[in-house]
Amino acid sequence: MEIVLDKLSKTFGTQRAVDDVSFTAGVGITGFLGPNGAGKSTTMRMITGFLEPTSGSIQIDGKPAWPTNPEQRSMIGYLPEHNPLYTQMFIREYLGFIAGVHKLKQPKQAIERVVELVGLAPELGKQIGALSKGYRQRVGLAQALIHDPPILILDEPTSGLDPNQLSEIREVIRKMGESKVVLLSTHIMQEVQALCKRVLIINKGKLVADDPIERLQSRLAGEVIVHLNCQRSINASMINQIKGVERSVVNGNRARLSVNAKAEIRPILAQLCIDQNWGLLELRQEETSVEDAFQAITQQRITA
Amino acid sequence: MGSVFRKELLGFLSSLIGYLAIGVFLVLLGLILFVFPDTSLLSYNFATLDQLFEIAPWVFLILIPAITMGSLAEERQQRTLELLLTKPLTPLQIVLGKYFACVALSALAILPTFVYYYTVYELGSPKGNLDSGAIIGSYLGLLFLASIFCAIGMFASSLSQNQIVGFLLAALLCFLVHFGFQYLSNLPVFVGSLDNIVQKLGIEYHYRSISRGLILVPDIIYFLTVAGWFLFTTTLVLKKQRA
Ligand SMILES: Nc1ncnc2c1ncn2[C@@H]1O[C@H](COP(=O)(O)OP(=O)(O)O)[C@@H](O)[C@H]1O
Ligand SMILES: [Mg+2]
Repeated sequence: MEIVLDKLSKTFGTQRAVDDVSFTAGVGITGFLGPNGAGKSTTMRMITGFLEPTSGSIQIDGKPAWPTNPEQRSMIGYLPEHNPLYTQMFIREYLGFIAGVHKLKQPKQAIERVVELVGLAPELGKQIGALSKGYRQRVGLAQALIHDPPILILDEPTSGLDPNQLSEIREVIRKMGESKVVLLSTHIMQEVQALCKRVLIINKGKLVADDPIERLQSRLAGEVIVHLNCQRSINASMINQIKGVERSVVNGNRARLSVNAKAEIRPILAQLCIDQNWGLLELRQEETSVEDAFQAITQQRITA
Repeated sequence: MGSVFRKELLGFLSSLIGYLAIGVFLVLLGLILFVFPDTSLLSYNFATLDQLFEIAPWVFLILIPAITMGSLAEERQQRTLELLLTKPLTPLQIVLGKYFACVALSALAILPTFVYYYTVYELGSPKGNLDSGAIIGSYLGLLFLASIFCAIGMFASSLSQNQIVGFLLAALLCFLVHFGFQYLSNLPVFVGSLDNIVQKLGIEYHYRSISRGLILVPDIIYFLTVAGWFLFTTTLVLKKQRA
């Protein structure tokens, strides 16, 4: 099971909202990252059959997705951006409706399975309009999952959730990624780091990166940050003499160093601390976050 | 289509609009038939429901747009249209499911007026002195009228995400298609058979024909064609959404 996008473009008037995007997504969670207005939702809408591509093609399981047809659409579970719901309906009634739309043979079992899966049981008797944002999101996930589709398209599924709700929803998505093709759009970097094995970055309609998550981090060449914390005060000029240190901020017994990523200065720094008897307490290199990589790429300091 | 129909109808019946539609229709017609002296049949001394069928198109002009105004506009506004169109449903299934729910609610609104039929039947002297055949025809006419107005209303509702726009546009279109051609045919430019053709383009001509108790094939074809055309156009509007 695969989704294959080939030179996909979408034009609104004169604006190329999606511009020549090609990628293949297989089983597992593929992160789809980009700033607002980058073209994430538009791309997903073309995959799900809501918007027709201006040019290029989409293949779902080897068959073209356009012209859109019910069979292709039934392979997809889709959680649109902002999670649209019928607020006046009750949860069970709504899921029953969606099960009916999919013509499920055993709607009751399907509803039970999905309620269990996303953890809706405690609120099951309620009207959707009366639910908290976190539970609404679960309802949105439930409707996307009710027919057990091989493909899941999730458009910013965690935006606006509090940290507890966030980790619970992410757990569900992670579970889905074990067996399904999951395309997850987000502008939250931690989410990509927490969930995705692979990241696509889109900016101004163009795909600017398509990398495994580790490679993306290492693509952020340039500088890394090293923190040094000692018992006694640090001599700034000695620090600055170390080869590879670009800049440093020394504040008494603490220092924050910007270091050329290719230079490994930590052993040298440790030796210096011992030689000078500064009383080394902590020596730590900051992990480069996808966020940094993302900013670097979308601001075009680095090109793909 | 069945699941969309069920969802819509249950939606009507669990919200104010459903009962409002039924209640308003019943009360308004009750007032006109029995209370307002200008139109009351108690002051006529004739056992007939002609007034009901005379006035119903005017009431439908308000009632049906109120029923249909939200059907697609609200889906657009709440963005649930995206949900529906990405499910394994065709635009035609969505439109027909919603359409039949609107027709069913209209039929539910017409149903209680049988009370009036019964009242007039009992009031007649001798009892039962009214033309039941014509009345059945008239009810059929009402149902046809409601179906065609619902189709027009669906179309109006598909054009914008604003329910008020959906309502006003539906009322205007229903008015034009119902009475417009009749008035147009009175213009001096349309003479002879041309006059007749223009008249036949309007709903009123066919409504009157069916209400007379004459169920004629051309009238039925007219209703099916016009309703079908508006529904088909509505599906085109939904498909155009994808562009
Ligand atoms: N239906 C539309 N009509 C016109 N412009 C649109 C439409 N949908 C999206 N756009 C424009 O296309 C661009 C990409 O939007 P979108 O795909 O929603 O971005 P993202 O989801 O990455 O935030 C934006 O500039 C947006 O204004
Ligand atoms: Mg978006």
